[in-house]
This record gives sequence, C-alpha cells and structure tokens, in this order.
Amino acid sequence: MKDNYGVVVIGGGAAGPATAIKAYDCGEKSVLIIERDEQLGGILNQCIHNGFGLTRFKESLTGPEYADRFIKELEKRNIEVMTETTVLSLSADKKITAINSQCGVFTIFAKSVVLAMGCRERSRGALNIPGSRPAGIFSAGAAQKFVNIKGFLPGKNVVILGSGDIGLIMARRMTLEGAKVKAVCEIMPYSSGLTRNIVQCLDDFGIPLYLSHTITKIEGKERVTGVVVSKVDENKKPISGTEIHIGCDTVLFSVGLIPENELSKEAGVELSPGTKGAVVDQYRETSVKGIFACGNVLQVHDLVDFVSEEAEIAGKSAAEYSLSGEKIKNYIATRGGSGISYVLPQKIDVNTEEDISLYFRVRLTIRNARVNLKCGENIIATYKKPILVPSEMQKVKLSATALNNISGELSVELEGDKQ
Amino acid sequence: MKKELTCIECPKGCKISVELNDGIVENVRGYDCLRGKKYAESEVVCPVRVLTTTVRCSSGGMVSVKTDKPVKKSELFDIMKRINGITLDSPVKIGQIVKKDIAKGVNLVATCNK
Repeated sequence: MKDNYGVVVIGGGAAGPATAIKAYDCGEKSVLIIERDEQLGGILNQCIHNGFGLTRFKESLTGPEYADRFIKELEKRNIEVMTETTVLSLSADKKITAINSQCGVFTIFAKSVVLAMGCRERSRGALNIPGSRPAGIFSAGAAQKFVNIKGFLPGKNVVILGSGDIGLIMARRMTLEGAKVKAVCEIMPYSSGLTRNIVQCLDDFGIPLYLSHTITKIEGKERVTGVVVSKVDENKKPISGTEIHIGCDTVLFSVGLIPENELSKEAGVELSPGTKGAVVDQYRETSVKGIFACGNVLQVHDLVDFVSEEAEIAGKSAAEYSLSGEKIKNYIATRGGSGISYVLPQKIDVNTEEDISLYFRVRLTIRNARVNLKCGENIIATYKKPILVPSEMQKVKLSATALNNISGELSVELEGDKQ
Repeated sequence: MKKELTCIECPKGCKISVELNDGIVENVRGYDCLRGKKYAESEVVCPVRVLTTTVRCSSGGMVSVKTDKPVKKSELFDIMKRINGITLDSPVKIGQIVKKDIAKGVNLVATCNK
C-alpha cells in the first residue's frame, strides 16, 4: 500500500468522486478517495426519487443514477478508492490516520487534502422535545435508508416534524408503501422545502402541512403512541390552548442538516458561523494551506448539481496545489448585508484571471429583488431576481476584471419586497 | 368546475385557478408566465408523475426502480401493487427493464446496479 499521495479526498459521496475526477484531469495522477461506506455515492444511493441533474445533465435522474454517472467516469481513470475505511484524524501538515479491517490503523501523507465528508441530520436531542424514549422516532434520512436500502417500513401511522426536502420526500415514499402520513409540522411560517416537493409529495396525497406548528410532546413508553402538536407565536414559542393530539406510531425528524466538520476542526481549519463549514476562498481553499473543502461539509446544498460544480472547483485547486504549491494571494473579505444569512466564499483573492461565483442564502422571501454587490458605497454589479426564497441557495457571477479593481470589503446587499 | 393548484415551474409557486368544462380548459388565472399556464393546463386535465420505488432482490436488499415514462397520478397505487409482487435476481444493471408494460406503454427500469 502506498503512503504518499498527491491529492487525498476524504469522503466518496456526492462531492468526492467529482473532486477526484477533476483533480486527475488537471494533471495530478496520484489521487485517492477514502470512503467509510461499502460503496461510493453516499446519500445519493438512498435518494431513489428523481429530479437530480436537471441543471448539469438536462434530465431528471434518480440519486443512484446521478452517482453512477460520476462513478463510471471515475472507473475510466487510474484513481484509487478505499471503501469501508474511516479517517480517524487529520493534521494541518496533511497527515491522515485511517482504519479499515484489512490494514488496521495506518497513516497516509498527502500534498493536498479535500474535505468532502458531507453533513449529518439534526437529531431529536438538538430540539429538546419532552417525553420518554419510545421506539418509533427516526430521522428522515434513517427512515429513508430503512425503506429504500433495507426494505423495511419503519411504521404505519406517521407524523413528520420539519418540512425539509428529505421529510417531504419520505412523506410520499411511506404513503406509496402503504403508511398513513397524518401531518407534517413546520415551526416556521413557510416551508423549508422546494415548492415542487410540497406539491408532489404532500398535495398529491392530501397530506396536511401545519405551518407555524411544532411537536410539543411525544407520547408512548415502549413505542410511540401519539404526539401533541401546538401552534407557535412569532418567537416560535408554543401558544397555550392550541394543542392538538395526533395518534401515531412513528415520528420522523427533518429539521436541518449540519456539516460534519470534526476532522476539519482537528486540522485547525477555521469554521464560519454562517455556514457551519470551513471559511474558504474562491478556490475552496480553507484557512489551512493545501486543505480544501466542498459539498455539504462546506455549505448545505439543496441541489446536487451545485455540489458537483463546487467539487470540481476544489478538485482543480487541490491538483494545482499539489503540483505547483501555494499561489500568492491578495484577499478581500465578503459580507452579507441585512437579510442574508451567509455569503460563500468568505474571502476572495483579487489576483485572479478567472470569473467567480458568489453563493448566498436569504433569511426571508423577497420578491422583485435586486442583489447589489457593493464595495463601500460603490455598486460593482447588480442582478435582478424575480424571487429569492430561503429554501434555495442563490448564485451570482462576478467577472475577474471587476474583481481586479476592488479593494476593501465586498458586500452583498438586497433590495426588494420583503414578505 | 374550478380547480386550484400551485405551480411548480419555479420557486414563486403561483396559485393558479383553472376553470374546466367537461374536461376542457376554459379559463386560467393567476399565472405569471407562459410556463405556468402550460403547467396548469396539463396538470388539471391529466396529472402525470414518474413513479420511483424499490423491488426486492433475491440475494437481499432492494433494487431502486422507476417508470421510464410518467404515469397517471390516479394509477400510482395500482402500479405500486403490481411492483410489490416482483422479486429480482442479481446481477441487475442500471437501465435494465425490470417489468415490461407495468402500465400501458410504460416499462419499469432499474436505477441502480446490484
């Protein structure tokens, strides 16, 4: 087994294979992917619904089909893949300690590392819902794995907390498999899922969506027997007297995703409070030289097409670093104005010849929006958008020429009709 | 008859109302663009969906499958019943026909390798 590589990609899910392919195609022929599952593709393998790849491939693929497009490309190249292998630690000098059942614990040295570990679901523990600990409580993703990979239906009468896309997809999936989904509760006054999923997963099957509602109690001792659902006020506090009881044997949580950054922290990578992922520049390089990040470990995406795009940026940059070392950079910071929860990249090297894209998320729905990129009082660029919604990541492009003339901070500001 | 629906063509999610007379679209209101109008017209007359689900594999686990064309929304549960009776033997390849004519003129195809 080799112990030195040009580029090591940690994670072989949606982002990892695209990263490795791009790094290889950019001239770095020593590329390794480390994946803890038994196969590549990550969570795409259990996302058997369609709608993937509309931007990239102009067709509606299922998750496994989308993953397979990249795995086929990977197999055409001499890229090494270690599956069923878990990375235990990562240091700032890019020493990776990993474990698998064939080699035991072993060490690998990389010239550059790409973090592509993805994210995990927020759990019940993070929400502080009172009640005992009966069987029948699952994250939406865990339920998805039971149904789609293992072939078990986790319950027959279901209440879903959170209107994230995975929860909506599971509402339809369990309904098709014969379960009764009694309600989807969303604490916010708007859904956090895509409109398409509200219509095709809930409306199609007459499943009620309770906005501004949350579960305030889970009942049952051995198995869930029901939940109490309450309306919440504008501060998301339950309103006394609004309680309704719903009998059910299963509760699914679809309440958000958190980038999985344990390894990043260990390597000393600076994290952003806005994205909960690494602070990066437009090359997706983190605060630690030669360590890059992409995909859901960097920012939680709603469309896999954008994960692939980001993975390719990181793959190209990682190859350039391993082949020719660190560039000389001249950074400016980016910032989100009022109504924006984050902007990525958090810093931009203005010594660039390439156009860049800025990604951001809004906190509220804004119609007839103007997105202004400002440097002090100067407006560098303006983009008109008919609508901006919190559930969709936004992207605007900025030319290298415009960047070359910027000094100071670049701010993304919004104008429009707030709702 | 009047039908209300939410457009899925873009994040605006326009609320569109369509008046139907004997299955013929007479009046469409509330759309912001032509894509929305087109969506509403076809959605009220005959809503169709691509069905994605799984079938059991004799060697264990599941094989993900889809209909190779959209099927009528009203037939989804009948088609599910037919699909749930199928067991596959590995190897299975992406794109392989799992069941011909699972609905009229529509095949069920595998979406993963197993």
